Amino acid sequence: MIRYRGAWTVGTRVVLVLVLLAVALVPAFFSTYFTGAVALKVLWLGLAAASLTFLSGQGGMVSLAQTALFGVGGYITARLMVFEAMSPWLAALIGVGAATAAGLVVGSIASGSRVIYFLMITLAFAVVAYLFFSQVSTFGGHTGINGVFAPAPLDNPTLKPTAVYYVCLACCVVAYLLLRYVGRTPFGLALQAVRDEPARANALGFDVRLHRTLAFALAAAIAGVAGVLATWQTTRISPGTIDVTRTIELLVVAVIGGLYRLEGAWLGAFVYVLLDTYLRGLSGRFETWIGIAFVAIVLLSPGGLAGLLARIDEEVRRPERKRRRRRRRRRAPRLGSALRRTG
Amino acid sequence: MSGARGGARAGGAVATRLASLTNPRAGLRQQVSASLAIAAALAAVLWVLYKAFGEGLGSSGNAPQFIVVCLNGLSLAGLYFITASGFTLIFGLMRVVNMAHGSFYLLGAYVGLGFVEDGVPWLVAVVLAGLVVGAVGLVIQQVFLRWNQGQELRQALITIGLSIILGDQMVAHFDPTPQTIPPPSGLTGSVSLGLYGIDYPSFRLFVIGGAALIGLLLWLLIQRTRFGIVVRAGVDNGAMASALGVNVQLVFAAAFFLGSALAGLAGVFGGTVLSVAPGQDDKFLLSSLIVVIIGGMGSLAGAALGALALGLVEQLASVYLPEGYTNYSILLTFILLIVVLAVRPTGIFGRPE
Repeated sequence: MIRYRGAWTVGTRVVLVLVLLAVALVPAFFSTYFTGAVALKVLWLGLAAASLTFLSGQGGMVSLAQTALFGVGGYITARLMVFEAMSPWLAALIGVGAATAAGLVVGSIASGSRVIYFLMITLAFAVVAYLFFSQVSTFGGHTGINGVFAPAPLDNPTLKPTAVYYVCLACCVVAYLLLRYVGRTPFGLALQAVRDEPARANALGFDVRLHRTLAFALAAAIAGVAGVLATWQTTRISPGTIDVTRTIELLVVAVIGGLYRLEGAWLGAFVYVLLDTYLRGLSGRFETWIGIAFVAIVLLSPGGLAGLLARIDEEVRRPERKRRRRRRRRRAPRLGSALRRTG
Repeated sequence: MSGARGGARAGGAVATRLASLTNPRAGLRQQVSASLAIAAALAAVLWVLYKAFGEGLGSSGNAPQFIVVCLNGLSLAGLYFITASGFTLIFGLMRVVNMAHGSFYLLGAYVGLGFVEDGVPWLVAVVLAGLVVGAVGLVIQQVFLRWNQGQELRQALITIGLSIILGDQMVAHFDPTPQTIPPPSGLTGSVSLGLYGIDYPSFRLFVIGGAALIGLLLWLLIQRTRFGIVVRAGVDNGAMASALGVNVQLVFAAAFFLGSALAGLAGVFGGTVLSVAPGQDDKFLLSSLIVVIIGGMGSLAGAALGALALGLVEQLASVYLPEGYTNYSILLTFILLIVVLAVRPTGIFGRPE
């Protein structure tokens, strides 16, 4: 069996299963309020952040468009359910499809640009999407769309959050495994090559823009799913859900968690939602504190909390690491062999 | 900005060009999208001209309205240009994307409002606001950006964090209800244009003139002075300029001061024409981004052209889009961006990476 970099060791597997078990038991041990208002939000916010973490970690694209794509998914679903009385599942499917399509369009435009331009173009798209949804009356204008009730067991997220919680959890687990899997397919490895050396990958015959665009569309689909889940949990969607503040909030979540590790997305969401729920009341200037924390993380630990944990983990397992590295050195360089496999 | 990096950049450009030679589809795609873009722009211009002058040039037609809309677009373009010129100056020299630029704009507006309310004449207040915001920008550059030069993404993230803090602190310290700065005495009313008997607010004309003057001064500063020569040398090859005895750090600091001060100036202009309120920071950050993406990052002429395009398209679209579609005028801004990027990925005057 070939071991890829980042494949799980037995220890990591045990930890992941324990974490999943703990997360799965939240509805049984915590209050309805905590499950409905805190844990559920952690799940969908983490899912949205994971789409950004995937893009930045695998593709080197820090996108500010994820909130807007999240909004496209949520808005289309809400509109089809409320105004067209469509079946919620079909509406959700179309909503996610619309988010993916929007992702393809934005991705194909932005994929020609490097890091900084990419950041700016996606921010421009985010603001335009916000203004569009707040001005166009078919989407409810400034009030948005209210009364978006999910199908039967999920329709009362405030009083009976358990069912919604497990649906959300299942989506998160599937998305996590899918994004991890994609990162190890030939496509994912080529995407990393495109991230690290676009000119060289291009010379080897990889279509740089196509790889970036497809990755962007995949992340858009994930963001769209998060948008649908968030709309079902809050039973409404309004322009306030996707404005610049929310766009920056999602970036803050991803950066606090760590822009280069998928697990970081949920870790960041967990920390952010806890602070948001329990600390906002204590200090009138919550945003200032979040801003200070954000700057501190960017200055001190660019890998975020997940990067910090990984560093601690590495310290703990150092002897084992050294042995493995020695073994690895004898094999051909990993990226080169990956390129040969796909090419 | 080391020589190695410059070499890598040139290598990337060569590889890209090579790819477009070996891949005939890329060149064809570029040509097709360019022709389509030009056709779309022509159609839009013809449509506007038809709506404006379709009923003749007399004052009974739509010509007077067209002139007013164009002037509105020009004055808006003036505001966009003053803001974006600072943004593009900082980027062109230091490759720093200052995401706190919108916050600097709003800070300038609040400081200017404070001075004017204390009885300082408007023209003095605008200079003072520029100096205050420039000083704030200088401190931020020295503390947060000086030591991680070249790490573009990290610097952008730092300035995003700073803009969160600045935005929240401004809500805390200034009155968050929308206000306007009273214009200078003598520019409060309207003047007659002598055309179709139109009266137009004189301060808006002053904004157009002010933006043109600032643009001219910046151009002279960059093209005709020793400081400008040093700045251009720093842009082209920072390591070489440094080796020739130029204190590049001093030039960076001066440029950051100037760029921030321009945002502060723009804030006072904008606070007089539009309003001073939370949310304007995001609006002007966005407009600066769009202007420099269209015009090309780091280019003064690009900022002017981008500002003109954005201001005119915004104003014309809100009037001349077909009945029932005016709500969609915001999408047109994005379409403008798409069209320009499809034809020139680095903006109209942008240099390839």
